Amino acid sequence: MSKEAKNYIVHGATGDWEIVVGLEVHAQVTSQAKLFSGASTQFGSEPNSNVSLVDAAFPGMLPVINGECVRQAVRTGLALDAQINKFSRFDRKNYFYADLPQGYQISQFAHPIVGEGEMLVELEDGATKSIGIERLHLEQDAGKSIHDQHPRYTLVDLNRSGVALMEIVSKPDMRSPEEAGAYVRKLRTMLRYIGSCDGNMEQGSMRADVNVSVRRPGEPFGTRCEIKNVNSVRFVMQAIEYEARRQVDILEAGGSIDQETRLFDPNKGETRSMRSKEEAHDYRYFPDPDLLPLEFDDAYIEEARASLPELPDAKKARFVKDWGLPDYNAATLVGEKESADWFETLLDALRKGVDSPVEKLAPKASNWMLSDLYGQLNKAGKSLSDCPITPTQGAELLKLVFDGTISGSASKEVLEEMLQSGRNPADIVEEKGLKQVSDTGALEAMVDKILAANPAQVEQFKAGKTKVVGFFVGQVMKESRGQANPAVVNEILMRKLAE
Amino acid sequence: MSDLNELSIAEARDRLAARDLSARELVQASIAAMEAAKPLNIFVTETPERALEMADAADARLKAGDAKPMTGIPVAVKDLFCTKDVCTTAGSHMLESFTPPYESTVTANLWDNGAVMLGKVNMDEFAMGSSNETSAYGPVKNPWRLGETDTVPGGSSGGSVAAVAGRIAPCATGSDTGGSIRQPAAFTGTVGLKPTYGRCSRYGMVAFASSLDQAGPITRSVRDAAIMLGAMAGHDVKDSTCVDVPVPDYEAALTGDIRGLKIGIPKEYHSADMPREIEDMWQQGMAWLRDAGAQIVDISLPHTKYALPTYYIVAPAEASSNLARYDGVRYGHRAQLKSGDGLTEMYEETRAEGFGEEVKRRILIGTYVLSAGYYDAYYLKAQKIRTLIADDFRRAYKKVDAILTPTAPSAAFGFGAKQDPLAMYMNDVFTVPASLAGLPGISIPAALSAEGLPLGLQILGRAFDEETVLKVAGVMEDAAAFTAKPKTWWS
Amino acid sequence: MSVDKATVKRIAKLARIRIDEDRLDPMAGELNNILDWVEQLSAVDTDGVKPMTSVVDHCLHWRADEVTDGNKRDDVLSNAPDAEFGFFAVPKVIE
Repeated sequence: MSKEAKNYIVHGATGDWEIVVGLEVHAQVTSQAKLFSGASTQFGSEPNSNVSLVDAAFPGMLPVINGECVRQAVRTGLALDAQINKFSRFDRKNYFYADLPQGYQISQFAHPIVGEGEMLVELEDGATKSIGIERLHLEQDAGKSIHDQHPRYTLVDLNRSGVALMEIVSKPDMRSPEEAGAYVRKLRTMLRYIGSCDGNMEQGSMRADVNVSVRRPGEPFGTRCEIKNVNSVRFVMQAIEYEARRQVDILEAGGSIDQETRLFDPNKGETRSMRSKEEAHDYRYFPDPDLLPLEFDDAYIEEARASLPELPDAKKARFVKDWGLPDYNAATLVGEKESADWFETLLDALRKGVDSPVEKLAPKASNWMLSDLYGQLNKAGKSLSDCPITPTQGAELLKLVFDGTISGSASKEVLEEMLQSGRNPADIVEEKGLKQVSDTGALEAMVDKILAANPAQVEQFKAGKTKVVGFFVGQVMKESRGQANPAVVNEILMRKLAE
Repeated sequence: MSDLNELSIAEARDRLAARDLSARELVQASIAAMEAAKPLNIFVTETPERALEMADAADARLKAGDAKPMTGIPVAVKDLFCTKDVCTTAGSHMLESFTPPYESTVTANLWDNGAVMLGKVNMDEFAMGSSNETSAYGPVKNPWRLGETDTVPGGSSGGSVAAVAGRIAPCATGSDTGGSIRQPAAFTGTVGLKPTYGRCSRYGMVAFASSLDQAGPITRSVRDAAIMLGAMAGHDVKDSTCVDVPVPDYEAALTGDIRGLKIGIPKEYHSADMPREIEDMWQQGMAWLRDAGAQIVDISLPHTKYALPTYYIVAPAEASSNLARYDGVRYGHRAQLKSGDGLTEMYEETRAEGFGEEVKRRILIGTYVLSAGYYDAYYLKAQKIRTLIADDFRRAYKKVDAILTPTAPSAAFGFGAKQDPLAMYMNDVFTVPASLAGLPGISIPAALSAEGLPLGLQILGRAFDEETVLKVAGVMEDAAAFTAKPKTWWS
Repeated sequence: MSVDKATVKRIAKLARIRIDEDRLDPMAGELNNILDWVEQLSAVDTDGVKPMTSVVDHCLHWRADEVTDGNKRDDVLSNAPDAEFGFFAVPKVIE
């Protein structure tokens, strides 16, 4: 760990307060079919169309587990460096709600499939922090109640009912909104890397219950409030900030915090009590007698482990250590598996075409990708996934820069054209006449012409004002309509001026 | 009543195969008997048209030489098994108008094996009861009477046993959670087999207590029980607790040879208040087995006396959760709402109106024993004792091959005789231990009480050893030569 | 452990079954009869005994991840007491 995370303090009227945050992230398992039924998990279908009679809890319907969901939970546990439990069990969590057809949710309470683990998160200032994972368990999602579409009714759609979720519970290890945001972001990256969840927060594939409490530094934990179903990283951070301030204000006014469930209102940026859920809960968990214990052996775990791709932390370390990438570039590239893969393909192609050590190529290639490519994609409102050029085409462009065929600035123009037409860089350079002039004879003539035309500046140089070299370079570039190789021009100038 | 109504499955099968009888004739005889038996209140839903259609299909199959073990045999289906497009009530007002768009695996297996559905038969509400008095559709009357006085058929499979004892159908499906096949079989002079937990699929069977519920056949002979079990059982990927082991030829197990088998007599089943005639019947049963060459061995099942209270924690706990789905949202009864009523009122009214008293009582007990602060003392404790009970049997089965006990502590009683729920629960004292351990058991008629009502003996076996259970039962059946039958007073 | 009227009320609330006020006391009595009777279980020594979690000694069957069900909205809604526009309809919930 390079740096310690900075303390985040809420300054109250009576002194400083520390925030304690724990997160329960619900991540939808990537699967074709639901956890206990063969109905589709497809998002955005007609209401009640992806529903089997099992999902609608008809009499005598029974759950049968989807093995893929088990495998994805195990893979996720391994990615989180967590204890994998070869024996786990499903329990029923009993409560009544219109979108909970069975009258209970099948979940894992006493014996989760994954136990303790940890995950490293990176903070803005370059510090890293390890956040403990308490557990990960499999459970069913509920259906959806729609309250505002009908004057008299709440409408119930069971398409989501029974979709597999992983509930990933952190330890109360986070001390600031930023840490919580970084945790959710990193978790999302991890899940997307291994493909156990698509991480799509807008569609509800990932959402967080945020537990927030405040305390005087060094004191025991305070009473916490749980903010339910927060569905973006920004909202998680906003909710924590608001909630901590709210709690501090109450405590400083001599009040006390009620342990309760709250809702985050993104429009107002505040949390409020969920009155409807305030009724005392007594979930009466007990082992689901319709299911036997979930058991597997070491070979199964090893098979799951072997299926894991290189994880972001390892990838980043490799980018930095083997290729000399700046920390920031490496961190940004590994943030999405897709961008890391794109970069690796780019670099691979580049190394085949340019005979130069990788530590020289890689940092430049990463700079190009993060600033030139991302900059232009961004301007066009595109992302890497709809980038019109392939990494190999990118490498061809970079090769032209490395071998001096075109200048860095010309490469930007070529890239723009490539993104528009998808054509090869060499053709564009040829057509637009963007090739650099590196021919010494032609350049020497140009330099001679410029020096002759500007005797005053030559005098200045001789008097010791060496900065005027820049002026001469500029003039030569202008003369060549930008096609002179600046390095070669510089070299000729220095030689001639020294004569 | 025609002679056809007296035919066993085996006899009917042979005559159907010989083309000496058509399925239509056989089924028509059952339909006529069903019509005549209305005073018994056996059927909740009669399906004569479907029965005749299925009978004609059976005749076509028989003609084509493509008969299956139960082709053309009429079956009364306990109203706990969901039947596609045929109302399924589970004896509850809650499901009065429920029409499943699916078929239970057990009934689907029966239809695949050629059986013919006669109708859906009455039962205690959600299988909670031992006398059929908790049905929302009124109690079934036992074809056997005490003189002119009606008696209960036992429960919860009361309609099933009455249909078989009353010669309306040769067989019926039942379900047994704590004794719901065996006790009513004993009360009506029929044969009732509860298979090993996991032998028959629970898919499409309305759940009472998931870790105990098991479907089984009710017939008039051990051979018929063997035939029917074979047609009901089998692995089903739709039930995670249904076991993937081959279904043996149960009929072939009826060799009549039990020489050398060891039969256990659990000393804990003896009690001072056991009626003399029950004790005598039990002794007689031992004698029959001894005469047939089996060895009678005294065994101990030390936790027997805790079985019933354990059951009355585990079963209600599971039921309280299983019955949470009856909420008036997706199917079944929904209460009329007053203006301003919300979701909670809808639930509370719907469930207050839809469930009967015994069901409510068990849901409340189950909710209580699972609730915060009581789980360990009740539910967890009960599940531990359940382990001890299963261990008792495991130890016993190292010494013996089967166990012989009475089925029920008394003969059938009159309506309203057991007002106290606890007194009612005692009916299952001999059947519940094997239920808790998931073991197979059969009840066969062994004697008549002094008052002329049937009494049953129970044979228990090892897990998935229904063959031994059937073999021993077959020998006892021969020895008992129970030929008594109820007078047809209802028509 | 004895059940009083308030407990019956609480349990009935959890189970979502309305019980008339005048039925609370009798129900408490009935429940107590049963609970007093099961109380005998406390006499059993269960130290070190594992609770039974599966009746059969058998492995859980795992399904393949294939869509084999669903697309039966008519069946799903066929028994609904109230349905609107393909949804189940229940009294409006105010959150």
